[in-house]
Amino acid sequence: MSAKTHPGTDAVISKGWLAAHKWLLIRRAVQLSILGLFLAGPLLDVWIIKGNLTSSLTLGVLPLSDPFILVQSLLAGHVAAASALIGAAIVLTVYALVGGRSYCSFVCPMNVVTDASRWLAKRLDLPKGWQPARETRLWILASVLVTALITGVMAWEMLNPVTILHRGLVYASSYVWTVALAIFLFDLVVSRRGWCGRLCPMGAFYGLIGSVSLTRVSAQNRVACNDCMDCYAVCPEPHVITPALRGADTGQGGGVGPVILSGDCTNCGRCIDVCAKDVFKFDLRFHNDPPSNEQEGEGQGESKTISTDRHAA
Amino acid sequence: MGEPSTSTKSSVSRRRFLANVARAAGGVGALSLVVGLFARQAQSLPAQALRPPGAGTEGEFLAACIRCGLCVRDCPYPTLGLADVGEDVPVGTPYFVARRAPCEMCDDIPCVKACPTGALDPNLTSIDDADMGLAVLVDEETCLNFQGLRCDVCQRVCPLINEAITLELHHNLRTGKHAVFIPTVHSDKCTGCGKCERSCVLETAAIRVFPRHLAKGRIGEHYRLGWVEKENKGESLIQGIVDLPDRMPDNLGGGLK
Repeated sequence: MSAKTHPGTDAVISKGWLAAHKWLLIRRAVQLSILGLFLAGPLLDVWIIKGNLTSSLTLGVLPLSDPFILVQSLLAGHVAAASALIGAAIVLTVYALVGGRSYCSFVCPMNVVTDASRWLAKRLDLPKGWQPARETRLWILASVLVTALITGVMAWEMLNPVTILHRGLVYASSYVWTVALAIFLFDLVVSRRGWCGRLCPMGAFYGLIGSVSLTRVSAQNRVACNDCMDCYAVCPEPHVITPALRGADTGQGGGVGPVILSGDCTNCGRCIDVCAKDVFKFDLRFHNDPPSNEQEGEGQGESKTISTDRHAA
Repeated sequence: MGEPSTSTKSSVSRRRFLANVARAAGGVGALSLVVGLFARQAQSLPAQALRPPGAGTEGEFLAACIRCGLCVRDCPYPTLGLADVGEDVPVGTPYFVARRAPCEMCDDIPCVKACPTGALDPNLTSIDDADMGLAVLVDEETCLNFQGLRCDVCQRVCPLINEAITLELHHNLRTGKHAVFIPTVHSDKCTGCGKCERSCVLETAAIRVFPRHLAKGRIGEHYRLGWVEKENKGESLIQGIVDLPDRMPDNLGGGLK
């Protein structure tokens, strides 16, 4: 297609197309299946899941609720009934196991919109645009919670494009495309990967879960890395890779373990796909022994320094 | 040689850290104000939008409703819907418009049962206790019963017929010899289901349901109604008053005698 080498080309050659797109395909399949399950009720009258991502009931027995929404509700002054609390506990547990921002990459309907925007931006070779600090989303999250506390209503839910989009799809809203289009254009021309990567407070919330969650991507075979940089090219949060991938030879401290510990990582698995050397794989956060096991704590600190250096590069 | 340079470095980084914290706090404050003001403005609910049974005040409801739509799914009628983007009802919240589709007052209240958060109060077990709004006969000039016709539809369709809406007999002052039957809403019984508004035969309904705070007056706390006090006491509050015969207006009392 384009003269530039597409990231993952080496992986396609060495592993075959299917293996080099495995997690991408699984991810799209999961996204579509979840949306399909929600839509099967209203469209086909097959009621497996009722409700939407803020709260749902599966097969009439399993409640699932979004903990981010319930935290807002709690701060606004309402203690939810048992069904919603149980649902939120189940959701929290699941993401604590599979990785917090797996929500972003496998479930959130906005991911498809922003990935499409990213794809088009690359095709059109558009500039990155406005790139606020990645921590901005944490401050927006703080604002969301403060506002709920002060106003006594879930103020953010009057604006939240993520919940508006999913609800709009499931409940056949006539104007839901406006929300998707707004985010699509924002990511396309204002700020590349700006919504999911820098602003979305929901992603920030799930990122906090991700910073303690069990399943993580690990650069377990990092000695094989040939510096092709394909993983950085496909990663929506490339700063998370550096400490794990480059941590082995970090200065005097003895290095950092290979597991990507940053909660920003969405566990999308694209790095696993595009790596021709099979450096990455899904692993548990505990399988993170640094090459020499002395001074683990300092290793963490140093990894941050490197991360910023890499980011500039 | 290393000592002073580290301390300078740390003071620079401390300064930067403090500046960043100040910036972030300012940002949080500004954004919170914007979102908060927007939310305040977006909270206003148009008078014809009614909440499902069991919803508390609008403020309570917007703190508790997570906009999942499970009440809408379990509503067996086309009554409940979620507010769409761009509507003047807070986006994603459930409501109904009586003139389009009123609440059918299901005995088992499935919408309340479906609510996972308790935004629709699970303690509401009898639909007759619901308070979705209050019917008001807003336009006496067009209401057919006020013209002396026997439309009666609002009273007939009322699920609490002769309790929430009664027909009160009055003289027809226009003809001087007929009766008019005035549909009269009793606020202690009316649930605000909206069946009366839905069924009003006029092009535009003369009876409408509004959220109770818009529909109901309140008498001053210090008011005492003599006849009520008398009934409570069981006798006149002041004894020994000579009760003179009342004079009726000529066109009423005179005609009847």
